Amino acid sequence: MVQLLRMAFRDLGRNRRRSFFSSLALAMGLALLLLMAAFIRGEMGSAMESSIRLQTGHLQIRAQSYDESKTSLKWEDLVENPDQVAGRIATLAPVKVATPRLFATGIVSVRDETAGVRVFGIDPLSEANAPYREGMVDGEYLTADDRSGILIGQPLAEKLGLKVGDQFNLSVNTSNGDVDEQLFSVRGIYSTETNAFDNFTVFMPLAKAQAMTQTENHASTILVLLKDKAQTDVVAAALQSTNYKVLNWIQMNEFMTTYEEFANAYMYILYLIVLGITATVIVNTLVMAVFERTREIGILSAIGMKGRRIMAMFLAESSLLAVGGIIMGLALGYLAVTYFAKFGFYIGNMGITGFLISNTVYTDLTLEDAVNLTVMAFVITLLAGFYPAVLAARMEPVEALHGGK
Amino acid sequence: MAGSEHKENNMEVTKIENVTRVFKTGKVETQALRGVSLSIENGEFTALVGPSGSGKTTLLQLIGCLDKPTSGRVFINGKDVSQLNRNQRADMRRGTIGFIFQFFALIPTLTAYENIELPMLLMGQSASERRERVMQLLESVDLTDRAIYRPDQLSGGQQQRVAIARALATKPALILADEPTANLDTPNGRQVMETMTRLNQETGVTFVFATHDPRVIQYAQRVITLRDGLIVENNIENKDEEKVSLEV
Repeated sequence: MVQLLRMAFRDLGRNRRRSFFSSLALAMGLALLLLMAAFIRGEMGSAMESSIRLQTGHLQIRAQSYDESKTSLKWEDLVENPDQVAGRIATLAPVKVATPRLFATGIVSVRDETAGVRVFGIDPLSEANAPYREGMVDGEYLTADDRSGILIGQPLAEKLGLKVGDQFNLSVNTSNGDVDEQLFSVRGIYSTETNAFDNFTVFMPLAKAQAMTQTENHASTILVLLKDKAQTDVVAAALQSTNYKVLNWIQMNEFMTTYEEFANAYMYILYLIVLGITATVIVNTLVMAVFERTREIGILSAIGMKGRRIMAMFLAESSLLAVGGIIMGLALGYLAVTYFAKFGFYIGNMGITGFLISNTVYTDLTLEDAVNLTVMAFVITLLAGFYPAVLAARMEPVEALHGGK
Repeated sequence: MAGSEHKENNMEVTKIENVTRVFKTGKVETQALRGVSLSIENGEFTALVGPSGSGKTTLLQLIGCLDKPTSGRVFINGKDVSQLNRNQRADMRRGTIGFIFQFFALIPTLTAYENIELPMLLMGQSASERRERVMQLLESVDLTDRAIYRPDQLSGGQQQRVAIARALATKPALILADEPTANLDTPNGRQVMETMTRLNQETGVTFVFATHDPRVIQYAQRVITLRDGLIVENNIENKDEEKVSLEV
């Protein structure tokens, strides 16, 4: 076996440049796939984290009849006395914060411009709303008793040409099915670095939102953030009640989970395509080697080397090419992933509704992805070596000694 | 005869019975051998001679189990090898037959030492056995100081002597040489033939070589002449080993 590997190694060394570039093709393919896997993982991870942080929390308590898709504001679809409910939930040890929120749909009108928005009625002091407060880029954050101020996302403000202090009309649905329109001021402009969220979401204090939508002491949901995401099921079980339904972050981000599964399947196809192309380069290299060394194969056969062993020799060569390519690919991939994990990959406004992708994606390579891709690259390269290996093993010694047919 | 590690009795090392070999290229059939019968005994130093296309190389390939006859039978050490499959023929070659080719058929990535060692590796011999045998063979072909040289660092004559040593590595019963001096100049050709003759005498291994070089034919104890796929002359006048001169 050692001799076989030694021969294979030396054979590859005969045409160092060709062997190097064959390995490099595999290395580039593997590095690219590692980067893609890390990009997708980072994108999905950050989208999920963004969604939890900005939108869904780890758990939400809603009225049994609440229909999120309709953003219902009927009292029977809402949580009554939300501050009390949130206060009770906040006493549970694993809970970091619980806060009521009221959701409504509305239209912002500025001169001739209009834009559909989601109105979030929030408790400005709650720690759950820290991402908005920390994302202030201009103006002031809300206070609980503000009755005319609104926080607006930076891309929406730019689209509508609004600055801090500017006034605009906001129409919202009310609990009795009417539409109420009032004049508001831009109290502040925020950015969460997630255009898909910032473009459509405006904030006002919960009390003002309740007053405007005529929902009085009601909220759409009680948003719960946990100290540890792993405690989700335990806390959800503790909060089960006949009056409310409890939704966890997986249920609330079902679209994202489904999309991730789809993306993973799509990525596997892409992996096979990229590795298939690099495998073709390896096949080409080894087929050339077989034809160049036809006479040697004849000599080896003449001195009694069986076809099986000749095949093993060429498989050893493809294994060595694979190992070389994989080492280079892991090194290149590691450098690329590390760079983009630190500096990020700016993708701009790529968001899809319900899918909060940050404007900048930071790569996140998991050990599982790295191992899977490495094994896949090795196996595909080894499989690619079978054709030239069989070609060599099946040569008739007499024909091979004369340099082939 | 000094050594006799191969030559234990006067039995036939190979016997060929009415062998034909037809090659097909498209619809064209070429009869390379047309019913050849032959017997070669242990320890012979035999030349196959004849013009190009006479069937010398084809005959060597059939004796060497590199090819199968179209009809007729080939025996090696009394065993019919005519119908062996590819792997069985490889097994037969590995232990019983050594080859020397016209082109210096060494593996270019291996040193002289490793080239000689290779057949023994295939036989599964131990490292110490291999080392001892390779050093002995390098000495016998006078190339001890070239052990770690690769083929491209050796002259044509030296390469062919390494090939001879490799052919002897597994102590085969029979060594087949196809035009062993064709690519060598006269001094190197002479040295190669002298080495082969000496090893035949020292070890008793049977040599059968194809040639059309008159200077080489002089070394043979027995000369078999082929023409158009048939044996036309089987001259055994030089069979008495003492008559073989080491001088040209």
